[in-house]
Amino acid sequence: MLRVENLTKIFRTGFLGKGEEIIAVNEVSFLLRKGEILSLIGESGSGKTTVARLILKLLRPTSGHIYYKDTDIWDIPSKTYWRKIQAIFQDPYASFNSFYKVDRILKNVFKLFPDKISEEEKDRKIYEVLERIGLDPKEVLGKHPFELSGGQMQRLLLARCLIIDPEVIIADEPTSMIDASMRVILLNILKELSNKAGKSIIFITHDISQAFYVSDRVLVMYRGRIVESDSVEHILFSPQHPYTKRLISDVPKLHEKFKFTLT
Amino acid sequence: MSLVLEARHIEGGYNLGAGFLKAVDNCDLYAYEGEIVGVAGESGCGKSTLAKLIMGFTKPPLKLVGGKSIVDGIDIYGLSWKERRSLWGKVVTMIPQASMNALNPTKRIRDIIFDVVKEKFPIPPSKSEVLDMAKKRFEEIGLDPVALSMYPIELSGGMKQRAVIAVSTLLNPSFLIADEPTSALDVSTQKLLLELLYTLVRKKIVKTLIFISHDIVTLRQICDKMCIMYAGEILEISDTEAIMNRPLHPYTKGLMESVISLSPSIRKTTLKGIPGAPPNLLNPPSGCRFHPRCPYAMPVCRKKEPSLREVEEGRFVACWLHLR
Repeated sequence: MLRVENLTKIFRTGFLGKGEEIIAVNEVSFLLRKGEILSLIGESGSGKTTVARLILKLLRPTSGHIYYKDTDIWDIPSKTYWRKIQAIFQDPYASFNSFYKVDRILKNVFKLFPDKISEEEKDRKIYEVLERIGLDPKEVLGKHPFELSGGQMQRLLLARCLIIDPEVIIADEPTSMIDASMRVILLNILKELSNKAGKSIIFITHDISQAFYVSDRVLVMYRGRIVESDSVEHILFSPQHPYTKRLISDVPKLHEKFKFTLT
Repeated sequence: MSLVLEARHIEGGYNLGAGFLKAVDNCDLYAYEGEIVGVAGESGCGKSTLAKLIMGFTKPPLKLVGGKSIVDGIDIYGLSWKERRSLWGKVVTMIPQASMNALNPTKRIRDIIFDVVKEKFPIPPSKSEVLDMAKKRFEEIGLDPVALSMYPIELSGGMKQRAVIAVSTLLNPSFLIADEPTSALDVSTQKLLLELLYTLVRKKIVKTLIFISHDIVTLRQICDKMCIMYAGEILEISDTEAIMNRPLHPYTKGLMESVISLSPSIRKTTLKGIPGAPPNLLNPPSGCRFHPRCPYAMPVCRKKEPSLREVEEGRFVACWLHLR
């Protein structure tokens, strides 16, 4: 579906970019296949979100290319491209215009489509999608974003995404703002989308257990580079890079207690 | 073992335009010396409000409606606001949720410390005395005293968190409340912080710690006792091990079943989560507050509210499944 080759992004600080160089993403290459969930794990500042923004055409890479079905994404008109690739971001409150009511936000989505769609058709589609992800349309429509809970907002972002019905979904820490009980429900929806609807999903997270729960393959990013990429089982049983090893050992587990020694 | 915290029938909430929102309803919490007590629950269940009410931080719109809180023998609500203020930092301290942002960015760490000390003593000790105290505390919690002359911006997230803990425990408070101290940190820093909190209590720098978090997995790492809150009420209190081995309340069970643990079998299992959303506290449901989301709800759950009772030795639960 998506092929990323030697992607590099360098940010420059200072006046006219004369200051320091920050290499946010360094020679990153990977493949995203149809219907799979690929996880991108890394600590804060490791360049995960920059990769997402590069794929979404929100940033231009310094060097390297991204191909969508063998066409460079910068050769595809943005409107067409964004119908194929959509994202769910970390902070749902920052992703919606808080002056608009939910129905207007969702109806605005239809502007991405080239043909005119009748109002009834729009309503029908919105209802269908909301019910699919377990939101009661009567409860959320007609409300402003700030009247909804974090979990509802996050699912609304997903709903927006599903109305467009893209082939690729980029989920950038979608569960960071919601409670554990709701988190699982959201992850299950993602899993279902890939298994049943055949969507390709890039799941970005710092939480290794979530990545292992949803994904088929895992990429571990450390300081802008991909240091490890393998199937979930391989990484869990035989992590190669010291960073991955530390990540796995430091995750708190439900049926195990950390042993601290008093010094 | 002496009782450090005795909070009885605490009730309180916020005065909003739409009415009074009772965020905490009839909560009892006890903590003994040397104990780490975990408070778990989803966002908006009243964990932080309970902490504020325990330490007497009733700044409007927050209001105490009933109950009392006795910390280290001092009846908090027998004191005036000014007297309470002087207790914070010396007897009871809170490590706030956003402790990363709790440090004034324009001041060096040591100046922040001087300010804190100046505020708490009518006749402040000399700067060199304070500095010695601070150096000692910094070393105890594994932070280089060099950080004292740095600005907050020069410290990493984990170091800032430590600095905040150093500042808040400087005056040797007997009782520490940590409100979601680990939620903004990555797993490695989080582990270090858990170790630090654990040592603080075990080394008897603080007598008791109340650790508030929405994440039962982190709580379980260091807490001796756990208390599960939902919609302003305490649903279950027990030893951590007992809860982990056999949760009694369906909500606790649900929380544990939503934990994504790092194990090979995780990919094959489908976790359930808890469908539905917590109730609106302006208009809480009748009977047990968890019944609309509870898979075991019975007719009685809709009508009568269960109270927290000891059903087995040391195990308190508020659920009709266990009460007769």
